[in-house]
Amino acid sequence: MYRLEAPEIPPGKIMALDIPKHTLVPVHSKVSDNEKEKVLSALQATTTQLPKIYKDDAALVKLAVKAGDIIKIERKSPTAGVSFYYRVVIDG
Amino acid sequence: MMHYVHKKIESISFGLFSPKQVVDGASAKIVTPELYDREGYPVDGGLMDLRLGVIDPGLRCKTCGQKLKECPGHFGYIELARPVVHIKFVRQVMDLLRSSCKSCGRVLFADAGMAKVISALNKLGEDEGNEARRRKIKEMITKGKGKDICPHCNGKQDPIKLEKPYNYYEAEIRLTPIEIRARLEKIPSEDLELFGYKIDSFRPEWLILTVLQIPPVTMRPSITLESGERSEDDLTHKLGDIVRINQRLFENINAGAPEVIIEDLWDLLQYHVTTFFDNEVPQLPPARHRGGQTLKTLAARISSKEGRIRHNLAGKRTDFSARTVISPDPMIELNEVGIPQSMAMTLTIPERVTEWNIDYLKTYVQNGSKKYPGANYVIKADGRRKSVSEDTKEEILTELVPGYVVERHLINGDISLFNRQPSLHRMSMMCHRVKVLPGRTFRLNPAVCNPYNADFDGDEMNLHIPQTEEARSEARVLMLVDTQIISPRYGLSVVGCIQDAITGNYILTKELVLSHEEAVDLLFACGVDDLSRLPHKDKIDGKEVFSMVLPADFGYVGKDKSGAEVKIVNGILKTGVMDKANLGQESGLMLRNIYEIYGADFTARMLGIISKLGIAVLTRRGFSIGLSDMDLSAESIGEIQDLLDKSEAEAMKLLDQFNAGKLEALPGRTVRETLEVRILEVLNRARNKTGDLAMKQVKDSSAIVMVRCGSRGSSLNIAQMTAVVGQQALRGRRIDTGYRGRTLPYFKKQDLSPMARGFVRNNFKSGLNPSEFFFGAMTGRDALMDTALRTPKSGYLYRRLSNAMQDLKVEYDGSVRDASGKVVQYSYGEDGLDVARTKNGVLDVKRIILQVAGEVKE
Repeated sequence: MYRLEAPEIPPGKIMALDIPKHTLVPVHSKVSDNEKEKVLSALQATTTQLPKIYKDDAALVKLAVKAGDIIKIERKSPTAGVSFYYRVVIDG
Repeated sequence: MMHYVHKKIESISFGLFSPKQVVDGASAKIVTPELYDREGYPVDGGLMDLRLGVIDPGLRCKTCGQKLKECPGHFGYIELARPVVHIKFVRQVMDLLRSSCKSCGRVLFADAGMAKVISALNKLGEDEGNEARRRKIKEMITKGKGKDICPHCNGKQDPIKLEKPYNYYEAEIRLTPIEIRARLEKIPSEDLELFGYKIDSFRPEWLILTVLQIPPVTMRPSITLESGERSEDDLTHKLGDIVRINQRLFENINAGAPEVIIEDLWDLLQYHVTTFFDNEVPQLPPARHRGGQTLKTLAARISSKEGRIRHNLAGKRTDFSARTVISPDPMIELNEVGIPQSMAMTLTIPERVTEWNIDYLKTYVQNGSKKYPGANYVIKADGRRKSVSEDTKEEILTELVPGYVVERHLINGDISLFNRQPSLHRMSMMCHRVKVLPGRTFRLNPAVCNPYNADFDGDEMNLHIPQTEEARSEARVLMLVDTQIISPRYGLSVVGCIQDAITGNYILTKELVLSHEEAVDLLFACGVDDLSRLPHKDKIDGKEVFSMVLPADFGYVGKDKSGAEVKIVNGILKTGVMDKANLGQESGLMLRNIYEIYGADFTARMLGIISKLGIAVLTRRGFSIGLSDMDLSAESIGEIQDLLDKSEAEAMKLLDQFNAGKLEALPGRTVRETLEVRILEVLNRARNKTGDLAMKQVKDSSAIVMVRCGSRGSSLNIAQMTAVVGQQALRGRRIDTGYRGRTLPYFKKQDLSPMARGFVRNNFKSGLNPSEFFFGAMTGRDALMDTALRTPKSGYLYRRLSNAMQDLKVEYDGSVRDASGKVVQYSYGEDGLDVARTKNGVLDVKRIILQVAGEVKE
C-alpha cells in the first residue's frame, strides 16, 4: 500500500506548510462518540464497511483521533455542491 | 417436466486426500506401464484398466458394470517406491519446515506468548488470508529472541533453504522427501491451527506424496486414428512415464542397487510427478512428445484462456444465435432488425399448442421446414422431438394436439436481442423486433448505429432469439431500443437523426415552400397518416410540414446550431430550423423533452418518421455536391490570399526579430520555443480566418449546407478544400528540421520560413505542390499511427475499469456499495441522481414545480 509518512513535528514548532488548511485538502472533522452511532445507523453500515483512513494521515494531524473514530469529510462536488464522506480511522 | 431436488449442496470444503483415502477410493492399483495386450485389450493393472472406466463402445466397466457414457469413470492409484514432493505445495512445506522445530516438531513459539500470537494471527488471517498468515508466523519467529533454539526442547535449529523448484537444503545438506515427511509427521495437530489449517481434514505429511491418484480413463480418452492406430492422451503418456520409472525404482531398490542409481531414479520420478501436475514449472524443462511438442498436463487443462475455466465454464456458447454483416436500411423502424429469410428459417421460436392457436400453428407445420413461414420441429407432450419434413408433416398434422410445442420459423414482430462487440455499455445489446427481409445481411436503422458504435464498412453483429416467454418479456420491457434512447451517461438521447436525415429536415424547415399536394405526398411517404392539422392553403411552408410530425400540444424553446432561437408552440415550429442541435444524437433537449412527455415508444416512432421525412425531402428535391461547390468568387480569393500574405509576412517578421535577438521569450520557454509557438499561432489563426471567409463566401452549396446543419463536415474541411490546407503539425509543433537542418532537400538549410517548415499554402482544389504533399503525408502517417496505438491502450484501460467496478450497485438508501456491502459512495454520484432521468445531468426543478402546479402540461 502506498502512503506518505506524516512528518514528525517537533513540539512547539509550527510546520511551514499547514496541510489541513491547504485549499486542496477538504475539511476533515471528527464525528463525536455520541453521533457516531447515529451516523452508522443512518448509513446502515458497520465500521468495517466504511472506507478507511490512516490515523497518521496528514489531514488529521490537528485532530485527536484514535482507531475506530469516524471522520467526516466535507468535499466540494461538481454535481452536488457540497458532499459529505465518512471514513473510519485505522492504525497505520 | 417436473424437477425434483435429489440432493442439496449445503457447503463445499477443500482439503487434501490422505494416502488412505486415495487407496480406499481407488478401484485399481496400477503396476505396469503397458496399456494393451497383443489383442488390443486393456491390460489388468495398466493405465487403461477396465476398472478405471470405459472409453470403448461395447465394453462394460468392471467397477460399476455400466456402458460408455453411463460410467463416470473411477480413480486408481500408484504406490510410489519413494515419496516425492507435490510441486503445488512446495511453499507450504517450506513454511512448515521453517516454522517448526527440527527435533520435537513444535512451532517455534514459547507456550507463554501463544494466546497473543493466536489472536493476532486470526485477525490477520481473516483480513488477508492464509498466505499472509504463514508469512507473518515466519516473520514473528525470526524477530523472536533466540531464534536458533527451540523454546520447547532447546534443540538447535538450522536455516532451511529452498532450491527451486523442489529441493530443500538444511545447512547445505539436502533433505530427502523421506526426511521431510518425517519432520512434518512430528508437527502436532494443535500447532497446525496457527497456520490456518483445518486439523480435522489435514495432516502436513500428506503434502509429500507416497501414493499417486490415477485419474479415470474417461478424463484422458484415447483417440483411434483413421489408420486404426491408437493415439493416447497426454495425461496417459505422462502417467506411463511415472509408472515406468516407479517400477524401475522398485526393482533397483529390491535388487540392492547402489545409492547413486537409486537417487537418480528418484529424481527422475520426482520430475515426472511434477510435470504430471504442472508442465510449466519455471525452472524445469517441460516434458515433450517425440515431435518436440510440450505435453498438456493437469495445470494446463485448467489455466489460461484455453483452460477449463475461461474456455468451458466462463465461455458459454449458445444455440438460437446468428452472426452476419450489417447494412443500413433507413426505411425499417428504429426498433426493428432486418433478418435474412434463410436465417429466419433456421432460428425458431417454440410455441405451445392450445385449443385456441392450434389452427394457426398448423399452418406452419403445413408449410414444412423448407417453405417460409414453416416449422422445423414439434415437441411432443412427453418431451420427444420430431423433425418436420415433407414425409412427416401429414402425420404430425393429424396427431397435433394441445400440449405439443411447435418450433416455428421467425416471423415479423418476434423478439430478438441484437449485439455488437465490444459490449462496453448496456446499449451494446438491445432488443429489436424481427423483420424478415430478402438478402444475406442484418439490416438496422442507421440511427441506432451510435449506441452500438457500428458502421457499415464490414462490421458484423450477433443476434439471439430468447426462447421462453419470461426471457422475451424481460427483453422487451427492459432492453427494447425505445427504452434505451436516453443515455445513462449524460441524460440525453443516444439515438437521433444522422447525415441525410438532418440535412433534409434542415432544408425543409429553412427554405422549402411546397404545394399542398407535395406536402401531403411527402408526409404520407414517411408514415404520417393523420393530416388533419395540415393548413388548408395552396402554399405550405416547410416548417408547417415538419410540425405535422410533432405532437399537437408540444411546446419547446431552445437553440439551433448557430445559436438562433427555436420555438415550438402547440406542436407548431414557429421560428428556427431543425439541425443537429435539435435532431442529432447526443445533443439538444428537444428529443429529451419529447421522450419525457410522450414516452419511449412515441419517441422511437417519431424519430423514425423524422428520419424518413428528411430522406424523402432530399429524394424529392435532389441533393448533390460537385467540384463547383468549392468555387470562390475572385474577390474572396483575393481576400484570402491577402490574409495569407499578411500572415506569412507576420511570421517572417517574427523570424527577423528572432534573428536580430529582439524576440521576447514567453514565460517558461526559450526564445527558440517562443518563436515556434508564435509562428504556429499566427499561421493557425490565418487558417481559421480563411475558414470563416470561405463559409461566408460560398453561396449555399451543398457542402456548406451540410456543414451548417451539422450533418457532415466542418468549416475546417471547407477551408482546406477552398482556401488553404494550412500548417502541418507533428506532435503539436511545426515539421522539424531533423539532424540535417532542413525538412526536405528542396529547401535551404536553416530555413525557418513557413513554407520550409510545413505550411501548406495551397488548397485541395488548386492542388498541392510536391513538398506540400510530402508534409501532408507526414502528418497523415503520424495520425494513422497514433490511432493504431491509442485504440488498444484505451480499450484495455476501460476494460480494467469496468471489471473493477462491475459489481458495484446502488442500494435502496442511495449509497453505492460493492458485493460485500462496503461503501464506495454515500450517495450515487454525490448528488444521488439517476442521470438517465435528468436532462444532461441537471434536474429542471423549476419545470417540475410548474408541472406539479399544473402550469405546464405533463
